[in-house]
Amino acid sequence: MAAEREEKPPMKTDVLVGIRNLVKHFDISGGWIEQLKLDAGRIRRKKTVVKAVNDISIDIHEGETVSVVGESGCGKSTLARTVMGLYPPQSGEIYYRDQRIDQLSESQLKPFRARMQMVFQDPYASLNPRMIVGDTLREPIRFHNPGISGDELDGKVAAVMEQVGIDPDWQNRYPHEFSGGQRQRISIARALAVDPEFIVADEPIAALDVSIQAQILNLMMDLQAQHGLTYLFISHDLSVVEHISDRVAVMYLGTLCEMASARTLFTSPRHPYTQALLSAIPRLGKAFSHKKLSGDVPTPIRLPDGCVFNTRCTYARERCRRQIPSLIALSNGTRVACHGVEDNWVDA
Amino acid sequence: MRSRWRKFKESDFLYHFFRDPVAYVSFGILLVLLISAFAAPLVAPHNPYDPTTIDIMDAETPPAWTDTGTRKFLLGTDDMGRDLFSTMLYGMRISIIIGLGAVFLQAFLGIVIGLLSGYIKRLDNILMRIADVQLSFSTYMIAIFIGAVFQTAFGVANYEKIAAPLLIIIIGIAEWPQYARTVRASVLAERKKEYVEAARVIGLPRLRIMWRHILPNTLSPVLVLSTVQVANAIMSEAALSFLGLGMPLLKPSLGSLITAGFEYIFSGSWWITILPGILLVLLILVINLLGDWVRDYLNPKLYKG
Amino acid sequence: MDKLLSIEHLNVDFAMRTGPLRAVNDVSLTVDKGERLGLVGESGAGKSVLGFSIINLISKPGYIQSGRVIFQGTDISSYSDEQIRQVRGNRISMIFQDPMMTLNPVLTIGAQMRETLHAHGSMSEAAATAICLEKLKKVYISSPHKRLSQYPHEFSGGMRQRIVIAISLLTSPALIIADEPTTALDVTIQAEIMDLLLELCKNENMGLLLITHDLAVVSQVTQRIAVMYAGTIVELGPTEEIIHKPQHPYTRGLLGALPQKASGRGRLNQIPGVMPGLAKIPVGCPFSNRCSLVREVCRSTRPTLDAKKSGNQVACHLVDQG
Repeated sequence: MAAEREEKPPMKTDVLVGIRNLVKHFDISGGWIEQLKLDAGRIRRKKTVVKAVNDISIDIHEGETVSVVGESGCGKSTLARTVMGLYPPQSGEIYYRDQRIDQLSESQLKPFRARMQMVFQDPYASLNPRMIVGDTLREPIRFHNPGISGDELDGKVAAVMEQVGIDPDWQNRYPHEFSGGQRQRISIARALAVDPEFIVADEPIAALDVSIQAQILNLMMDLQAQHGLTYLFISHDLSVVEHISDRVAVMYLGTLCEMASARTLFTSPRHPYTQALLSAIPRLGKAFSHKKLSGDVPTPIRLPDGCVFNTRCTYARERCRRQIPSLIALSNGTRVACHGVEDNWVDA
Repeated sequence: MRSRWRKFKESDFLYHFFRDPVAYVSFGILLVLLISAFAAPLVAPHNPYDPTTIDIMDAETPPAWTDTGTRKFLLGTDDMGRDLFSTMLYGMRISIIIGLGAVFLQAFLGIVIGLLSGYIKRLDNILMRIADVQLSFSTYMIAIFIGAVFQTAFGVANYEKIAAPLLIIIIGIAEWPQYARTVRASVLAERKKEYVEAARVIGLPRLRIMWRHILPNTLSPVLVLSTVQVANAIMSEAALSFLGLGMPLLKPSLGSLITAGFEYIFSGSWWITILPGILLVLLILVINLLGDWVRDYLNPKLYKG
Repeated sequence: MDKLLSIEHLNVDFAMRTGPLRAVNDVSLTVDKGERLGLVGESGAGKSVLGFSIINLISKPGYIQSGRVIFQGTDISSYSDEQIRQVRGNRISMIFQDPMMTLNPVLTIGAQMRETLHAHGSMSEAAATAICLEKLKKVYISSPHKRLSQYPHEFSGGMRQRIVIAISLLTSPALIIADEPTTALDVTIQAEIMDLLLELCKNENMGLLLITHDLAVVSQVTQRIAVMYAGTIVELGPTEEIIHKPQHPYTRGLLGALPQKASGRGRLNQIPGVMPGLAKIPVGCPFSNRCSLVREVCRSTRPTLDAKKSGNQVACHLVDQG
């Protein structure tokens, strides 16, 4: 797949983070007592599993920004956390520079932790309310650099605070003394403090006001240019995604529907869900003309048979209800999972 | 960067404290009680533990303001001839020590178990079931059982020597589930927060996350619970003493004073039971009132207009 | 010329220990019968406080310091509790952001709907049920009969918001105040809900006061927009005008900061600084400490909301000057 910015064809070594056939399910059955259910006159044990991520494969190249979009319940946050090692996957592999990291123990994973960091959505919950901001920043640096001297540590903390636009003199304050936008900056500083190469940002600006969103986005783009960072950007805000991404992946109920370069996705979306999603974005000054989706969003506990989107798709046919579509590559590099696109009965 | 003391002086806490009469009056009374209790050796006119100063002929003297009272014994004497005022002060000291000691023990056990239970899923079930079993035994039952067993095994004299620490242990162990549950609930809530995920993403080990990140954020409800529990512990000790399983008569707590004087109520020496009773009620009342105030203050949803 | 709602020089204060803080400063707005007005601003601007104070829903330490709220000819800001209850939920309905907060999780939908009806008039069970079904159909909820005996947790977020809208329609109000009704919903559901609101307002000739921070949504649903900043209205005018020809520097900054307006992949146009908290609003024009066009007069005198040459009302010294 041709990456948007690079001229040379991609080589295997260009892939910084490789996600292969990732599956993550959550078993919420509870204890054995809660599992017992009366079913057709007999007591059975019923397992309830949330199938959050189903067979996702994405290659993220060094220096690029890949965004994952989808609505609530699509599994994008779970995907982000599984990639970061917060959840162990059911199956599939995660590679960091061709080294498999999903099965490593915590101590083996430690060196990778310094290279992969995360920024979270809620500026109010992502900083420990009982730790001064300076300590929050010192902790990761000290953990990954055990021998570091006090002066050097202070220097690093001051440097990273300045980079994100927070006065280093304020490091003895508590998080509640800062505004939402400032807290998000501090979160970014914490991620940056260990000199990572790869940052996963889970809805980093969703909780901020419009004018602050612009500031934080600009900051993130500046930092990317300065440090050569690679971003995995999770968002539901499509206009932001359009602006900052190289490539975009669209998820629905744990499945990858479409993945394309940003420009291609927004000008000619192929998957019916992508089309509906894009048409629903309110555009300034343009009248509503969104494609109505029928039915309710199914739950990730009981996925529909066949294509996950078939219950709401206006193009759905018999084959969609029986057979899960596989991800096919189109001539322009887009990958789509849709029978209709494959067989040409979905309008482009 | 203002110093911590200045920050405290200017804080919301003090501001609201001085605006609520219930708060500062209760605190004032509590302070007086605490000081007089712990300064008992200096403040009390007599030493109730020194048998040489006690004269059985002084027994059952009424308080000073009655006709037959004397200035020597301000609140009268008990059935053994001890000055009631002094004995009450010493008794209050013991009650408070047992109350505080028991609460420290409860809190320590409860916090450790609550933390482990909330953070480590595999331990959760078993620890909480143990807590449930513990809760189904009443404190008094355990105390009676242990007390009775000890007394028969080692004799009453030995029992009296270690009565205070034993009571602390009994009440401490009986009530840790309260703390454990409270802390566990907080831990479960905090665990999902993003700053904990951030700590995991950094790669910090589990114990460090529990100690450095989660624990400090669970202490608010623990503080509120503790104020109530101190009052409860003092009450429990008083009840146990009333039943004869608490502090011995020679080193009485407020509870055992009440017991000792109970039989004399009908023969007219009401002060032996009633006056320590009033003091006990006062002590518990102010602790409860302060606890209520702290709880309301820490409750973010209540506006303090 | 009878306006449905007329807010005149409303001031809402919050009593803090250091003195009162003004959250809504001298706001005057009108809504005609059947008109859809958008109230736009970022968090902390005071738009929710304004919305709540129309029906006197603000609680301590907030209070209406001065000004009038005239609804259908009567000043309701001075109403007693009993009187305002006749208006609230009856002639003026309110829709909040989180449907789970509006709906009582332990009561069935039917119970909650009937409760609303009974609070504002007595009628037979059959008549009440008929009205409930009618309104559920209006918001396109399928099998309404079955729904009446279901509980809120059995519905998705979008459906719950539809139910909330249905409840607000029960008494056929003249005005709906919607406070961020779709912020908590997904983009596709948001589109459906806004469509629904638009259709209902048009069909039932209801007035709509839409409070939101989402400029794009407001541009598609409303006829006029009021832009709020730090407690004051800084610009007011027809939607088309505000969106395409904004005049106040804040409105311009806000619209300019949208990713849709950024050039190519370059930086977004950002407004420096932050909206000041209530205690730190600058003397003079509240936007003066962030405005790139600031002059001396801006720092000393507070501009009033006046009609400018373009027809919009703008609170800025520098519009229409040279």
